[in-house]
Amino acid sequence: MSRIQSDVNRFKQIVRGRVRDELRKHLGQQEMFGRQGKNIVSIPIPHLELPHFAHDPGAGKGVGQGDGDGDGRKAGNEAGQHLLEAEFSVEELAHMLGEALELPRIRPKGRDELDTNAGRYTGVSTVGPESLRHYKRSYRNALKRLIATGAYDRGRPSIVLERVDKRYRTWKPRQQPTANAVIVYVMDVSGSMGADQKELVRIASFWLDAWISSHYHGVRSVYVVHDAAAKEVDRDTFFRIRESGGTVISSAYELVVRILAERFPAEDWNLYLFHFSDGENYSRQDTEKCMQLLDKRLLPYLNLFGYGQVESYGTSGDFFEAVERHYPNDEKVTMAHIPDRDAIVGCIKTFLGKGR
Amino acid sequence: MMKQNPLPLELALAQERIEKIAADFGLTFFRTVFEMVDYRQMNALAAYGGFPTRYPHYRFGMEYNQLSKSYEYGLHKIYEMVINNDPTYAYLLEGNTMLDQKLVMAHVYGHADFFRNNMYFSQTNRKMIDAMANHATRIRRYQERYGVERVERFIDACLSVEDLIDPASIFRRTSPPRELSAGLEEEETMVPGRMPAKSYMDRYVNPPEYVRQQREKLAKRKEETRKFPRHPERDVLGFMMEHAPLDNWERDVVGIIREEAYYFLPQRQTKVMNEGWASYWHSRIMTGKVLTDAEVIDYADHHSGTVATQPGRLNPYKLGLELFRDIERRWDMGQFGPAWEACESMAERNNWDRKTGAGRDKIFEVRRIHSDITFLDEFLTPEFCDAQRLFVSKNKDGKGQKAVVASREFKEVKQAMLFQFSNGGRPVIELVDANYANRSELLLRHRHVGVDLRWDWAADVLAQLNRIWRRPVRLETARDGKSVRLGHDGQNVTEEVFDKKKAAGS
Repeated sequence: MSRIQSDVNRFKQIVRGRVRDELRKHLGQQEMFGRQGKNIVSIPIPHLELPHFAHDPGAGKGVGQGDGDGDGRKAGNEAGQHLLEAEFSVEELAHMLGEALELPRIRPKGRDELDTNAGRYTGVSTVGPESLRHYKRSYRNALKRLIATGAYDRGRPSIVLERVDKRYRTWKPRQQPTANAVIVYVMDVSGSMGADQKELVRIASFWLDAWISSHYHGVRSVYVVHDAAAKEVDRDTFFRIRESGGTVISSAYELVVRILAERFPAEDWNLYLFHFSDGENYSRQDTEKCMQLLDKRLLPYLNLFGYGQVESYGTSGDFFEAVERHYPNDEKVTMAHIPDRDAIVGCIKTFLGKGR
Repeated sequence: MMKQNPLPLELALAQERIEKIAADFGLTFFRTVFEMVDYRQMNALAAYGGFPTRYPHYRFGMEYNQLSKSYEYGLHKIYEMVINNDPTYAYLLEGNTMLDQKLVMAHVYGHADFFRNNMYFSQTNRKMIDAMANHATRIRRYQERYGVERVERFIDACLSVEDLIDPASIFRRTSPPRELSAGLEEEETMVPGRMPAKSYMDRYVNPPEYVRQQREKLAKRKEETRKFPRHPERDVLGFMMEHAPLDNWERDVVGIIREEAYYFLPQRQTKVMNEGWASYWHSRIMTGKVLTDAEVIDYADHHSGTVATQPGRLNPYKLGLELFRDIERRWDMGQFGPAWEACESMAERNNWDRKTGAGRDKIFEVRRIHSDITFLDEFLTPEFCDAQRLFVSKNKDGKGQKAVVASREFKEVKQAMLFQFSNGGRPVIELVDANYANRSELLLRHRHVGVDLRWDWAADVLAQLNRIWRRPVRLETARDGKSVRLGHDGQNVTEEVFDKKKAAGS
């Protein structure tokens, strides 16, 4: 029913304040309570009530049925503590983000058609395993041969297969459009990254993930944390871990190189790397090493590299300048400062603003 | 129109059977056509009030959004949708069990009979499905021509007063709005005091000064001959349509909104009865004739779901159903008439049984001649209210979430109920003077019955009316015990306290 869809879109535009500004004051939320698995969720539904002549809601009485309510706590709503807000789907959020920040759509780089070996067995070949025999073809060839050599007797038809006749099914390489992506999140968890900083990273990575996911069928996420050494972790750990130690960024880059090489060959995957750190690397040599790694082993394969520098207590790292100096104009390299929550928006816009 | 989705054979056969049973019971209805739809289509239909299409407007999008979310979270499922039309179209939700579908069909025949026989529907347009499509086309055309936003704003202005129609029109034949576009080009504008002119010539043929003079002349003449309107007019929309200085397309839009409002009016006036009637019959048909033993449990489950009451809330299905049953029981047992009314002894009333057996006939008669308000007024009894545990809640909307029992006193319950249902729970507003203060200003009056208006909204509505009338608009009402004239002059909200007794002279 696309007719209703255009009405829905119009309504959503009003809710988002893009048109009919003056209607916003009539916008409210109706609350529905629903279940999502075992949680009770509060579902706020945007509701626009156009004013009409009505009685003052405070005055007057209404009629109810049943037990009513002694002290206003009973009734059709069991929700109490564990309310989660469920409003927009992540897709809608991503869409809104894109609109709000005017982000260009991502164009997956030339990987829409991949040569994959998993084709379908629609081809025919002269060699192959017996399990892939093509009966009809084989016998037809035999018949052709027999007729050609005059050995075929119509009166007593019998066909004998020879090796040359045999045909086998084989696969045909099939163009399979894929659009898959891997996002590698690298976070510095040395002593200087506090809970606040981690929170900034968490928020930023949520939106990056939402946006990128909306462009690809399957997005995998890889989480790497590092201080003086790097290790891969799962998502929960990524945000909770409390290491402390020095900072050797190259350890992280090396690990990423290994992971990508082993599990995500560049021909098959659109690769994204986001690194969050406070910028204080162990030494300038190590920073140099990082640039080398980026140059030779990472950037050639990545769609996008984003470096976000959060501010830590008192110190301001120089990794940012190093990256900036090394890559003044690279299409694939983006950098942003993230001193506080408000800066997250800017960071996302910077990272995603190139449509990569 | 919707793609035809005829029922699968099993259901088609079930429909035939159920239709025959319904007819045998005495139900009569237009040709009833069932279609099967998926949940998305069903939600769309519901958002559109039962029609496959409506004019483009965000209110339908809002409704659909709410229904979708509600469905997504398993909060509700619409089982059926049926519209007042000839033929009577009804929609079944695909994926429901056979039992559910049968129940729904029985329920639908109840509705179909109600639409056909209740007298409040006698003047409704039975070809509304075509009319709705036609309305949609016209409004779409205006949007293309004059812009989506402009048309939408105007529709919003009309919607703010869409309830200002005359409920008594049920008893008068209201001819369909004149075909205003017939014979008049879109470019021409026709307004009292103006000469017909193509829009680009309008400024020259009808310069503002000239228009104002003409209008004043007209107003003076009108005032001299008689009051305008002669009697207080409930059909404000209709009045706007006839007399407001609107462009042709605007006039047409007012007409469309008004026509649809009149179409839906009887449905709003008979909601409790209609649902009660349909529930009564699905129950009667299913338990009596259709259910197999195996299906009884599932039926009880579904049926009880329909008529369940959330604590503190009023379920129209249940209320209507129980009241019809009560009427049938009483008329079967002779519990009516002067002797019954006069009887004061509870014991005697409880044991009263004259075996009159007039119940079935009575409910058929009731469904023909009553609306919710007369239905409740006539048939609510103290015993019924007790049995149904009806109470008056402290909050106006009685939604139950914070419903505190203020009283279970019958008189108070009945009065609160009637108030809730009277005029759809809305205040009564009439147009009393279209040339107020001799300046072509509009004067409305609120029939205050003890409840003040919601003030901020009232001011908003007057602003909208002003856009339609193009002159100041005022409303006489009372607030906090004082008589107040609230108004909008195009720029500001105005408020003046006045002395009702002095003003009554004018």
